[in-house]
Amino acid sequence: MIVAEIVISLLLVIGGLFALVGSYGLIKLPDLMSRLHAPTKATTVGVGSCLLASIGYFMLTEQRVSVHELIITLFLFLTAPITASMVAKTFLHRNDRVKGDLPPTNGETGWATYDPAPGLKDADAGARKPRDASV
Amino acid sequence: MIDYALLFAMGCLSLALVMNLWRLLRGPLLTDRILALDTMAINAIALIVLAGIRWSSTLYFEAALLFAMVGFVSTVAYCRFLMRGDVIE
Repeated sequence: MIVAEIVISLLLVIGGLFALVGSYGLIKLPDLMSRLHAPTKATTVGVGSCLLASIGYFMLTEQRVSVHELIITLFLFLTAPITASMVAKTFLHRNDRVKGDLPPTNGETGWATYDPAPGLKDADAGARKPRDASV
Repeated sequence: MIDYALLFAMGCLSLALVMNLWRLLRGPLLTDRILALDTMAINAIALIVLAGIRWSSTLYFEAALLFAMVGFVSTVAYCRFLMRGDVIE
């Protein structure tokens, strides 16, 4: 019993500290691309350990396993990378001046998000014309 | 012991929410504000889960799940609106 309480308390403290560190990184780091690292990693660990503590607590007090937390954990772990990717992509497309700082690659532009979609240039021009004419 | 850890974690999360609010109000770019709002949603989920432990009630999980879903959808919608000028094309 006392071991379970220690583990739950430790998880709670770790979760709180990670959330605090993530949000501190959000206000401390210099620009958006650095700022992306702090909250998307640290608060996911923070929320994850809070949810683990919740599972442990309800196991300890009510002797039952709840799956609500697992659903929330799964959802957060699936959506956090998508959110980070969307924010980074929006930033890249709204700030053209970062294009000059990109390292050279084999493609036309520095990063793949600036390239046109593969096959769009020739195929889409042909495919779009009849559709427009029919409307 | 759990009570003290719970209080500590709640204090940390409240402080984190204040920091996020500062970035939300201050952020030089629109994308900074979106990121701050998304982090606020995640921290709010953690705070709701801790409230569920504090009052040992399972009613709070639905609220946390709703926060998770609405936070994710709103972040993606904001990003798409800024990128493409439209949410659903």
